[in-house]
Amino acid sequence: MAEASKMHVSDEVAIQIQDMNKWYGTFHVLRDINMTVRSGERIVICGPSGSGKSTLIRCINRLEEHQQGQIVVDGIELTSDIKNIDKVRSEVGMVFQHFNLFPHLTILENLTLAPIWVRKVPKREAEETAMYFLEKVKIPEQAKKYPGQLSGGQQQRVAIARSLCMKPRIMLFDEPTSALDPEMIKEVLDTMIQLAEEGMTMICVTHEMGFAQAVANRVIFMDQGQIVEQNEPKEFFSNPKSDRTKLFLSQILGH
Amino acid sequence: MSDSFVRIEMVPAKAPPLSERGLLKWLRENLFAGPFNTILTLATLYALFLLLRNVIPWLANGVWYADNLQECRDIITAYAGEGATGACWAMIRERWNQFIFGLYPQDLYWRPAVAFVLLFGAIAPVLFPKVPRQMLWLTLFYPAIAFFLIWGGSIWTPIVAMLGFGVMMLAYRVLVGFTGVTVAGVLGVLAAVLWWLFADAAVAEGLARALPIGLESVGSDELGGFLLALVIGVTAIAFSLPLGILLALGRQSDLPVIKMICVGFIELIRGVPLITLLFTASLLLGYFLPSGTNLDTVLRVIILVTFFAAAYLAEVIRGGLAALPRGQYEAADALGLDYWRAQRLIILPQALKISIPAIVSTFINRS
Ligand SMILES: Nc1ncnc2c1ncn2[C@@H]1O[C@H](COP(=O)(O)OP(=O)(O)OP(=O)(O)O)[C@@H](O)[C@H]1O
Ligand SMILES: [Mg+2]
Repeated sequence: MAEASKMHVSDEVAIQIQDMNKWYGTFHVLRDINMTVRSGERIVICGPSGSGKSTLIRCINRLEEHQQGQIVVDGIELTSDIKNIDKVRSEVGMVFQHFNLFPHLTILENLTLAPIWVRKVPKREAEETAMYFLEKVKIPEQAKKYPGQLSGGQQQRVAIARSLCMKPRIMLFDEPTSALDPEMIKEVLDTMIQLAEEGMTMICVTHEMGFAQAVANRVIFMDQGQIVEQNEPKEFFSNPKSDRTKLFLSQILGH
Repeated sequence: MSDSFVRIEMVPAKAPPLSERGLLKWLRENLFAGPFNTILTLATLYALFLLLRNVIPWLANGVWYADNLQECRDIITAYAGEGATGACWAMIRERWNQFIFGLYPQDLYWRPAVAFVLLFGAIAPVLFPKVPRQMLWLTLFYPAIAFFLIWGGSIWTPIVAMLGFGVMMLAYRVLVGFTGVTVAGVLGVLAAVLWWLFADAAVAEGLARALPIGLESVGSDELGGFLLALVIGVTAIAFSLPLGILLALGRQSDLPVIKMICVGFIELIRGVPLITLLFTASLLLGYFLPSGTNLDTVLRVIILVTFFAAAYLAEVIRGGLAALPRGQYEAADALGLDYWRAQRLIILPQALKISIPAIVSTFINRS
């Protein structure tokens, strides 16, 4: 396994979130979120169901809109300005729990679609890039198939490759392994570890604590829409400070 | 053990016994599978016998040449005896061309015929990807060509009307850089409508006076039969699908004004029977169009039938859109595809595929 200390974190700020609040109607989902992510950081977010983890990372590429505070990604502030949103989205890749591949397109077409239409890359070049990343996630032989013909683990690796084809600077993962059968989890985690070793800035919502210990340089614990505690993984797991964190850890680690 | 006999080749399978193959088996399984089944089969056979006993003489006694119905009946009586019945085809032989062309002038039948043949050329590249792409030009200009062939008149009328689409494209191209796709699209359509309302007639007339080229003009009241049904049907199908898609998307739009217009349009049209719309149309159009414009009857019917089909299609397509998982929209957004690209490349191909059966049945019902 990779060793977290080898991976380099620069001083450059990739994501800055300040006093951010979000409501769904009257329901206050995210409360006073403050968070700075530097280039090259690997952050794992965990917390009980409904604590707002998905909502938080979906705010970072504006799949959800925040009502108060500031989110700056790669120097671009997220407002309702469409141009800014498009710029941020082309810098930030996202991997979903349910893969969300496009079922009517082949694997190769899934991977080349956004580079061709958003980045205006020539088709030939986009296909070369796509094959490069398919090799990287170790399924080049599936390029001509349709998503429905692949296993869950393979689909998720395709989804990761699809995001990488846009050459993003930041990758968001929302529980990428929790819809997978146990034997497929490892192949997806291995892909993510490889990505981390190459210096990708990653924010990952996951309950895979092994992954957090091996790869993350920081673990964030959320509960009821708040960031309750954050620390480097060793400290976080061996010496949690708040009672809520202790309870959560005992539930998912203990038994 | 080692020298015991081992069969090396498989023995070929024998044909099944007579009762288990061919006609007999089929009969037994499908027609005489049980007492109830057997009774049904016999009853059906008897009904068929009764039907044929009456129809066959009617067909056999048919008369093709007669001047009127009475003469027709007389011939049948003389030929087959008192009380016999027979078909009188003479009327159809005499009038078949009216079933097809209505009152279209006989010496000009070649014009709608050519338009009909060209129709296949225009549809081919849309349906079959193997057909050379250049054929799409025919598809593009087919409405003008068909109009010119069927109605005749000055060649400038359809050309200037098609220029309206040119105006739309031009306005869109100029504006899209400044305003974005949606606003440029709306303004483009607006520019085209202005062109049709205010410039079209004058320009066409001017050109016709300067360079009078054209075919003999045929009025809408002379169209009829299969020709008229085909003209209305084809036009309505061709225009209602894109319009229906836009209405369905507009109905889901985040922009309140667009959403309101689309919902209003769809519900208004779906709330009123087509026949009522056809009656009110002449009245309403009289209010909305500049005075002096006299919209052709057939054109009016085509527009209304198109609107009508579009409103129903919009609802069908909305069903297809709703059936798509949210994840598809989110993945498209997360990849940075803008609204129109996401719709065209991701959402609509899937939504339309889901709604194809319903779309086809809408066309069959409405057109
Ligand atoms: N569109 C929505 N409208 C209203 N409430 C919502 C919406 N989406 C999420 N919520 C609520 O917001 C809260 C946070 O949701 P979120 O999906 O961010 O939780 P989560 O931490 O990702 O949980 P899980 O581990 O189950 O994925 C939940 O209580 C949820 O019910
Ligand atoms: Mg979640």
